[in-house]
Amino acid sequence: MWDYTDKVNDHFKNPRNVGKIENPDGTGEVGSLACGDALKLMFKLDDQGRIKEAKFQTFGCASAIASSSALTEMIIGKTLDEVEKITNKDIAEYLGGLPKQKVHCSVMGREALEAAIYNYRTGKKWDKELEGEVVCHCFGVTDKEIERVTRENNIQTLEALTNTCKAGGGCGNCLPDLQKIIDRVHGEMAVAGVAVPDKKVLTNLQRIHLIEDVIDREIRPALRQDGGDLELIDVDGNTVKVRFRGACSGCVVSAITLKDVVEARLKDNVSDDIRVEEVK
Amino acid sequence: MRTVYLDNNATTKIADEVRDAMMPFLTDLWGNPSSMHTFGGQVKKYIEAAREQVAALIGAEDPQEITFTSCGSESNNLAIRGGAEAMDKPPHVITSKVEHAAVSGPCHYLEDRGFRLTKIDVDQLGRLDIDALRREVKTSKTLTSIMWANNETGVIFPVGLIGEMVHEAGGIFHTDAVQTVGKIPMKVSDLPIDMLSLSGHKLHAPKGVGAIYIRRGTKVKPLILGGHQERGRRAGTENVPYIVGLGVACNLAGKRLSEENTRVKALRDRLEQGVLATCPGARVNGDPKSRLPNTTNISFDFIEGEAILLMLDDHGICASTGSACASGSLEPSHVLRAMNVAGVSVHGSIRFSLSTYNTDEDVDAVLTELPKVVKRLRELSPFVV
Repeated sequence: MWDYTDKVNDHFKNPRNVGKIENPDGTGEVGSLACGDALKLMFKLDDQGRIKEAKFQTFGCASAIASSSALTEMIIGKTLDEVEKITNKDIAEYLGGLPKQKVHCSVMGREALEAAIYNYRTGKKWDKELEGEVVCHCFGVTDKEIERVTRENNIQTLEALTNTCKAGGGCGNCLPDLQKIIDRVHGEMAVAGVAVPDKKVLTNLQRIHLIEDVIDREIRPALRQDGGDLELIDVDGNTVKVRFRGACSGCVVSAITLKDVVEARLKDNVSDDIRVEEVK
Repeated sequence: MRTVYLDNNATTKIADEVRDAMMPFLTDLWGNPSSMHTFGGQVKKYIEAAREQVAALIGAEDPQEITFTSCGSESNNLAIRGGAEAMDKPPHVITSKVEHAAVSGPCHYLEDRGFRLTKIDVDQLGRLDIDALRREVKTSKTLTSIMWANNETGVIFPVGLIGEMVHEAGGIFHTDAVQTVGKIPMKVSDLPIDMLSLSGHKLHAPKGVGAIYIRRGTKVKPLILGGHQERGRRAGTENVPYIVGLGVACNLAGKRLSEENTRVKALRDRLEQGVLATCPGARVNGDPKSRLPNTTNISFDFIEGEAILLMLDDHGICASTGSACASGSLEPSHVLRAMNVAGVSVHGSIRFSLSTYNTDEDVDAVLTELPKVVKRLRELSPFVV
């Protein structure tokens, strides 16, 4: 059973803006029967260039229907310049989050939007192969799409990539190529000065656990050799507050221990921006 | 809201008779059947009675051919891993493309360890490619594991014919009968079957108990080593309450076999025909001529299974789907793919599986709600004009 949010369930069971528009200004069609989900999005603009009407039709599971419904709510009343900035993450967040295996439903929404805008601007039918080269043939995902979702979702692993855009979820032959694309995007992001965490991205809770773990495993045994000890008091953002115990408390070189041992180990193991403060 | 439970191939309600029979072993009779003292030792006879009940349901000649396990998966693992490792030389392992993961898992385990593995195709009706199987089994002493009936479609395979072919070349034949035992009559002693797996929770016993039939003379290397329980085939102090429960469930299933093939089958047929009549673009997956009496697998063109299930769930109706979305993988059911089910409907399959606890009211509930759900989702679908 999926752990869908109330908002996903609501948009699935009471989808908004279902149907078609007569003479739409833009139409975007993505997905297929064979892929297991598909979305047709249509919109009409008012004289100020704002979307006054948006309708959708979706073949797919609950989260695909909910993502489509949410998307129409998100774009009505906005200009195309505004809606162009919507990412799949925005759609997922609007729904209060999606199970990680269902993130691709939000990507389908964003793709349909892109396709509809393309259709409005060029009068042509959008075809993802216009944009790039198909890398995953099972699900027809192009290199451009893979690059985009990797960047926008800060994708670190192949599994996360498959959950996000389906690439690699079929026969698996393309997995080495996908890894190359992920690596390339990370390289470009690093050159552009975007922080790509070389250490795993952690939630706050995971970070606190890791800090505790490093203190227990690496730091305290070293201090105990000299009859000292350390207690973790608090973690506040990047600042780790500790209190020295035993021989360390009142030791004249405790400030050096703090920087050279405690902070250095945490920087090595957790993240480079950790600062350690002593609580007396 | 009333629960309309039509997912009996997933698991079944524990029969009241089974629960009542188990209770003394969860309260007073908690001794160890291997003990020398009367308090413990007295329990052993209940295990042996259960063994006889299981043997009777499947038609085994000797109750000692029944070994109790923790579940159907354990039985399959014991048969395939334990069976292959007990053979004189590593056998060619043969199975089908539509097995449950509890069979394909241990088969792939053997493949990873150097055994040759061949998986036999099925046709569009889900029937096994018997000619291909014949070609493969006659070349050497194989370990062949083919399910008796498919869990998703209910299609029954000709295990008698398969076993004969395997035996002609001196091979060993195991069948996963988890979905079959208690649904159709069987007499395993008259069939060329060396090993057969069954599971308690598919026939109204609780989860956590299964059994394997191992024909006298068939060698199997145990997976769980230790004590002498189950004649050394499966170490570990016996799960007495659950074994007793499985015995009673088998006894009950034997008594209900004819009802399963008459009343339950009639309910299934009424459900299936009703759905086909009220929902356009619906088609049955699986050979209608050779199917379990309780199972129907129906695909709905242009709509997706998880969405159908969740909308049925709102009305208390429990079923399951072979759709990719429901499993978290991106590919639909391996069974429907092996059958080459058409692209328009492979993502929209729903399995209804009945039991003796189902009533006309349950079928009516589906026939009232499902056409509305299908209509609603079709209105949402971009493929329906």
